[in-house]
Amino acid sequence: MNKILVCIKRVVDYNVRIRVKPDATGVVTDGVKMSINPFDEIALEEALRLREAGKAAEVVVATIGSADCQQQLRTGLAMGADRAILIEADSETDPLGAARVFHALIEKENPELVILGKQAIDDDCNQTGQMLAAIWGRPQATFASKLELNESTARVTREVDAGLETIEVDLPAVITTDLRLNEPRYVKLPDIMKAKKKPLETIAIADLAGDTAAQVNATSWAPPPKREKGVLVDNVDALVAALKDKGLVA
Amino acid sequence: MSKVLVIAELNGQQLNPSTAKCVACASQLSAAAIDVIILSDQCGEAASAAAAIAGVNRVLTAESTANKGSLAAVLAPQAVAVAADYDYVLGPSTTFGKDLMPRIAALLGVGQVSDIMTVESPRSFTRPVYAGNAILTVEVADSKKIIATVRTASWKEAPAGGNAAIESISPTAEIPTHTRFVELQSATSERPDLQSAKKVISGGRGVGSAENFDIVYKLADKIGAGVGASRAAVDAGYVANDMQVGQTGKIIAPDLYVAIGISGAIQHLTGIKDAGTIVAINKDPEAPIFEIADIGLVGDLFEIVPELEQKL
Repeated sequence: MNKILVCIKRVVDYNVRIRVKPDATGVVTDGVKMSINPFDEIALEEALRLREAGKAAEVVVATIGSADCQQQLRTGLAMGADRAILIEADSETDPLGAARVFHALIEKENPELVILGKQAIDDDCNQTGQMLAAIWGRPQATFASKLELNESTARVTREVDAGLETIEVDLPAVITTDLRLNEPRYVKLPDIMKAKKKPLETIAIADLAGDTAAQVNATSWAPPPKREKGVLVDNVDALVAALKDKGLVA
Repeated sequence: MSKVLVIAELNGQQLNPSTAKCVACASQLSAAAIDVIILSDQCGEAASAAAAIAGVNRVLTAESTANKGSLAAVLAPQAVAVAADYDYVLGPSTTFGKDLMPRIAALLGVGQVSDIMTVESPRSFTRPVYAGNAILTVEVADSKKIIATVRTASWKEAPAGGNAAIESISPTAEIPTHTRFVELQSATSERPDLQSAKKVISGGRGVGSAENFDIVYKLADKIGAGVGASRAAVDAGYVANDMQVGQTGKIIAPDLYVAIGISGAIQHLTGIKDAGTIVAINKDPEAPIFEIADIGLVGDLFEIVPELEQKL
């Protein structure tokens, strides 16, 4: 195939301990480490492996956000993407808005395969890939843990509650990645240097899609309910006694 | 007056308990009616079960061989056709619902609220973000149909006692052929289902191997518990993926959760925050799991777990 489009999102790094702002308007992001959403990194890694296996000619990585997102696009280029696209927006898009924008990009770029992470670890929505597939009128293969690309179809094994489900989809299609699809490569310094020369194009969001206003609006943020502090017991007998006391075991 | 459509989830031909949880959530929306739709190749058994849930007004059955495999691409256009008459469409936040609901929302041109924890008002909900480290209150813009998934760990099943009418329907929808079900590999187990078990014994990287997991299974079987695992244990190949508990696995709310050899990464804790009592067994007293555990025992799990199994 000609082209794989990988859609990524800049998120607070997964290792960061999240704190809600005291004024309830969001989480603290000042000075906080930002990274490519881990699931999207897996998506990019999969695309790169497909290109390296000779199944695709070009891997394009795209994201929606402020100019700061160029940092993550450069990481994507350093990992091995051929081209990057920043769809510049001054406010957050929700998954439906993002899906509409990426669909407009698909109409420009005509990829045979679109891969993205199954969910962003900030909003945990798990919607964008599915919405994109719906708007595009194409198949969705979500929570992929294995991908087998053929001439005009893809066989995808998905991690579902009951176990592993395999489906077959006609291309072009949207695939969303789960954790065990692959382990992304580390970026090496020479690749970071090379990435500076790769093309990074900026498109204004309004030039791509009209209606991206959020329909689901966040009105306030709160820390999670705290659990009561627990106790340490010294031995199994004490543990058994505590469990019986709570009526949890006979 | 508003109407709610709940999309039922099936396990084969049986109704998944997640459906009764969606009905419970729907009951807080001040709606005039809650209907349940069963989209399956064999609706009968599930339809009877759905009709018996208290609060259900009507059960709609859309039976067709195309529905075998519950593919989102096949179910979504049918749900969209039926959704025209409804103000809310709810599904469970299970892999079934997560796959299907956003496709329905996008086809309807509306956003989606994922993982409803609480209903604050008919258009306002709370949901977890950042792996449950922040709780977000959201409001859906006026005049938009509300599509949502219900966080099953936050809701008790609506009780039995319903006596809804069951109606067979044939939604007018173009069913795509671009997606085909191939197979489902499912570990069959006699143990209680992890998603709904009242007691869960869970193993992590500390357990060390697939063979060693036997001590976890033995303890679980002694007290009739389900078995779960951390992501690390699944990645290491000790157990299958369907046992994973955490931000990107199953979010559960048993009365008792025993974490064995699990360090307690933020992403794992997301999956168990709603458990009644959390017990942690780990040799590392600094393990983050002890910060959330109600009862902690520091020590060698290979000594503690067999002793615990013996004494229970």
